[in-house]
Amino acid sequence: MKRLGRYALRLVGLSYLFVLLALPMGLIFRRAFQDGLGPAWDAVTTPAAKHALLVTLMIAAIAVPANTIFGIICAIAVVRHRFPGKNLVNAIVDLPLALSPIVVGLAFLLLFGTGGWLEELPFNVVFAVPGMVLATVFVSLPFVVREVVPVLREIGTEQEQAAATLGAGGWQIFRRVTFPAIRWAVAYGVVLTMARALGEFGAVSVVSGRVIGKTESLTLHVEERYQSFDYVGAYAASVLLAMLAIATLVAMTVFRPKEETR
Amino acid sequence: MIVAERITKRFGDFVAVDDVSIAVPKGSLTALLGPSGSGKSTLLRVISGLERPDGGRVVIEDRDVTGMPPQQRGIGFVFQHYAAFKHMTVEKNVAFGLEIRRRPRAEVRKRVAELLDLVQLSGMAKRYPAQLSGGQRQRMALARALAVDPTVLLLDEPFGALDARVRKELRAWLRRLHDEVHVTTIFVTHDQEEAMELADQIVLMNQGEVEQTGGARDLYEQPANQFVMSFIGPVSHFGEELVRPHDIDVSTEQNGASERATVERVVHLGFEVRADLALDDGREVWVQMTRDEARQLDLQEGSQVFVAKTS
Repeated sequence: MKRLGRYALRLVGLSYLFVLLALPMGLIFRRAFQDGLGPAWDAVTTPAAKHALLVTLMIAAIAVPANTIFGIICAIAVVRHRFPGKNLVNAIVDLPLALSPIVVGLAFLLLFGTGGWLEELPFNVVFAVPGMVLATVFVSLPFVVREVVPVLREIGTEQEQAAATLGAGGWQIFRRVTFPAIRWAVAYGVVLTMARALGEFGAVSVVSGRVIGKTESLTLHVEERYQSFDYVGAYAASVLLAMLAIATLVAMTVFRPKEETR
Repeated sequence: MIVAERITKRFGDFVAVDDVSIAVPKGSLTALLGPSGSGKSTLLRVISGLERPDGGRVVIEDRDVTGMPPQQRGIGFVFQHYAAFKHMTVEKNVAFGLEIRRRPRAEVRKRVAELLDLVQLSGMAKRYPAQLSGGQRQRMALARALAVDPTVLLLDEPFGALDARVRKELRAWLRRLHDEVHVTTIFVTHDQEEAMELADQIVLMNQGEVEQTGGARDLYEQPANQFVMSFIGPVSHFGEELVRPHDIDVSTEQNGASERATVERVVHLGFEVRADLALDDGREVWVQMTRDEARQLDLQEGSQVFVAKTS
């Protein structure tokens, strides 16, 4: 009886994963390559698709480092320092998780668009790549902070204090003691940030203006292809997005075992 | 010489250390002893620079360090829970202070080897702290603190997280180490036996203040007040007085002012024998004696004795 229950439990868990994750992903792959490798390759090497990939990679290349550095600083401030408004900061960090990306996009339009407070900048924000970067930074902001904060709390301050008594200054303490202790939390936060930056659709869609070959990211390109009944194009670009996500996860697992088996 | 002068430290409304002054002679081993909440750890952390005092000053070897961060004080600090750098090997832990000081690599290697030898961890150089026992971790922490040749070594309940047997071993070992290295040392403990066994000088604290400072014998034999007396050794209530339970004379015959009592319980602890006595007026008193004394008195439950305070 007991054994039966265990198998039932596994069956439920695995079917859930299969139906909701594996099956849809598998179908995307199948549809992308339904006419063979050639058409799929052609679909992702059109000038528009190549440009969309470039835009997505550029957005990630700015948003991920920015949120990593900011996230670490913010986590240290929240855990290790006392300042007025700390609880507010702690709450506000989660805002992008709670807020619908469409709202974020509209907020950026209001701020940087025609008649907005920051309309007069030397470069275009709205309907241009800078706006897409900003929107992506906003929506992917909480991940590093949220991963690092609990680990910082858990390691406590004793190791840092010990380093201070041994003569290490602030930066040396961070580099030699604090960072090595939080690096896995940072790495995981980076993966989540990356995933969000690559996959963001709503906020980017609003601020980009969707000019093909200019302000189209890969996610927008997928939708645009789909709306134009170019299903192979849409699925092929989807596969590309999925590969980027998988590559991120693989990169993370490749690093990890080395550390833990020592 | 390390001097902490009129140190006050508050946490909110709570006064952890209240206008305390202590002086620690160069090369000595001094214990800050007291119950929990007495302010002993806070005082140590003020000396180290990990806490800033609200008042008073700290002078280490004629240098006023009150405003200095811990990095510049020339101290070594050992924490109760080791504070080992978990991601570094034992030798990297010990080398930390030297590498921060950018000493040449050959010198670092030599010094680390010496220190690991001193703390008997030579075979463990490549291990990680997680692979060491508690006692080994604390010895590593000590080597790490000593590596930078501190002017003063500060230990915050160094054996507090260890089991009784390891504690005893490390205690004896620390005493020998101090005799070898001669670095001025201040350690915090709540264990009076530990303080008496190790320290040249004991500073007994209670509720943020110093109750008495002196050698183990002074505190035991000439306690300044009842708190010192009851904290530093066993006490027995004899009438209105607090007396040491071995300072009560027990005999089988009445003489002078002695009072009659009935033996209620006898506990044999090897060399020492303890007995609970009930005086005729109902008050209770407990006494300590040697095994031989108990044998001579033929001390047994129910037997009658006469007790008086030894003059």
